[in-house]
Amino acid sequence: MDYFFDETQQMIVETAREITREKILPVRAELDEKNEFPREILHDIAKADLFGIFVPEEYGGLGGGCYEIVLAMEELARGCVGVATSYAASALGIFPVILAGSEEQKEKYLPDIATGSRWAAFGLTEANAGSDASGIRTTAVEDGDSWVLNGTKQWITNGGESEIYTIVALTDPSKGARGASIFVVEDGDPGFSYGKKEDKMGIRSSATRELIMKDCRIPKDRLVGRRGTGFITVMKTLDLSRPGIASLGVGLAQAALDEAVTYAKQRVQFGKPIISFQAVQHMLADMAMQTEAARALVYAAARHIDHHPKDMSKASSMCKVFATDVAMKVTTDAVQVLGGYGYMKEYPVEKMMRDAKILQIYEGTNQIQRNVIGQELNKEYS
Amino acid sequence: MHIIVCVKQVPDAKDVRLDPRTNTLSREGVESIMNPYDRHALEEAVAIKEQLGGKVTVLTMGPPQAESMLREAIACGADEGVLISDRAFAGADTWATSYTLAKAIQTLAPASLILCGKQAIDGDTAQVGPGLACRLELPYATCVQKTRSVSTDSIEVERMMDDGYDVLRLPLPALLTVVKDINEPRVASLKGKMKAKKATCTVLSAADIEADPHNIGLAGSPTQVVRVFSPEARGDRKVFTGTVEEQVAQLVDSLRPYL
Repeated sequence: MDYFFDETQQMIVETAREITREKILPVRAELDEKNEFPREILHDIAKADLFGIFVPEEYGGLGGGCYEIVLAMEELARGCVGVATSYAASALGIFPVILAGSEEQKEKYLPDIATGSRWAAFGLTEANAGSDASGIRTTAVEDGDSWVLNGTKQWITNGGESEIYTIVALTDPSKGARGASIFVVEDGDPGFSYGKKEDKMGIRSSATRELIMKDCRIPKDRLVGRRGTGFITVMKTLDLSRPGIASLGVGLAQAALDEAVTYAKQRVQFGKPIISFQAVQHMLADMAMQTEAARALVYAAARHIDHHPKDMSKASSMCKVFATDVAMKVTTDAVQVLGGYGYMKEYPVEKMMRDAKILQIYEGTNQIQRNVIGQELNKEYS
Repeated sequence: MHIIVCVKQVPDAKDVRLDPRTNTLSREGVESIMNPYDRHALEEAVAIKEQLGGKVTVLTMGPPQAESMLREAIACGADEGVLISDRAFAGADTWATSYTLAKAIQTLAPASLILCGKQAIDGDTAQVGPGLACRLELPYATCVQKTRSVSTDSIEVERMMDDGYDVLRLPLPALLTVVKDINEPRVASLKGKMKAKKATCTVLSAADIEADPHNIGLAGSPTQVVRVFSPEARGDRKVFTGTVEEQVAQLVDSLRPYL
């Protein structure tokens, strides 16, 4: 369907599509097989200015909104969700600085993020703090002109690959979530190191790693926003980033649909291409409807968010749940349409099905998203 | 450093048609792309500019529609586009083309380096690059697979050979033709695309470059295409058997009647 993009949006779509065609498709199976971080592709994405989309113009970016970001991510995800996740993680990692950072912090970090010469990552999750993010144990203690951080972050996307990390830590542990603050930790800071690199089911080209802070001493001015406002910034960050994850679902579902239809037209059984059988046609029809509905919801949510409404969370969560559930369903059905071939690594749909699963889990599980939607409804109707 | 990149708009190899009357490639109505080798020449020029500073000018001879390719080149990092376009240039062979390009280059700011693709995928002659260097009396290297080092007054390159490569150092100004191994062309950037949209390309006519009418277009082309045809399918095949000596003897016997 035509969504009547403006000229800039059309350029973003075309540029991301070209990256997918020229740089991602030829190597995605190999990156997946070897568990290899797509460093070269991220450099190509940087040269094409796509890292600038989410950075304000005054810091060298393109000043795009949520809508522009989801358009780029959708196209990259059509190639590989692992690569697209690595790109998305840099946006997620820098959102706290864009949303709550000081002028000095923005000037220091945003121009490099815009050119893609440095990448970011977001450090929230810990071993005992997943869905319950308030359960974090990492602490930050003021010591003279420094903050000293202690704790371990788990499953951090782009961990060990990025140079800039936004870390959520407790500055007042007794206050729980209200005692959390965000800090920028840079690669090479004393006491900052990387731990175990995960071996994952899907999105295998993305790096998922532990961040270890052991008496990690950073300058005072690395505190992002006011002390104790960390969780508010985290929630705003996730409201902005979830439509991006949703768009990965849309791109992935579209890629799976493309593969399934192409295959169904070629595969002959009982003397006919299998697309001529109603059982297959109905599956493809459902896949196409669900994918388009997901896309429409993601675009609508992104446009809604770009107008800075108060009720961002519900729209953000709704599109995340819907589009990622669609991605899981459509990729699973694509494997079914391809039958035995779909289960083999010679065809791309088995990777797509493995990649889809994480979309329902990370950036807040789909169960947590439904909680958010439910709570918002409860408020709305009170 | 000023670098000129000569590019050509060619029919997409997926969609090649011949004009049955003139036996030349029909360009109208056919999807056109930038000659793939030229894309690598452009990438190399932009990479050198990023290293040493300066300006990259893309130059093409072609119909007005070729301007879209110049814009694409600007989106990929070129600074300026120059289109040599005139009905009088139509039907040029490699002799007339290299003459025309040379005349146009003489009207532009002096360049330290001229880069071309090894050959165009439509004509496949690989003659225009060397022809242009001769017209301009420049040292040149063909089939360059790598730039080893470059400074403002010389360049050291690897020239691809059948059994390895030669290392050549050329004083600048010089001309190079490049093969695909030299680099991975970048995807046009968003800022580049925005710049390309606003850019105005210079258009030069035969009069602008002071071209001698006898040396341009079909009239200036010693190569006249008499007939274009698809070759016949292969004829009879014969498989020799036996020891190598026996096979060679059989081969010599079967060739003898034609000697």
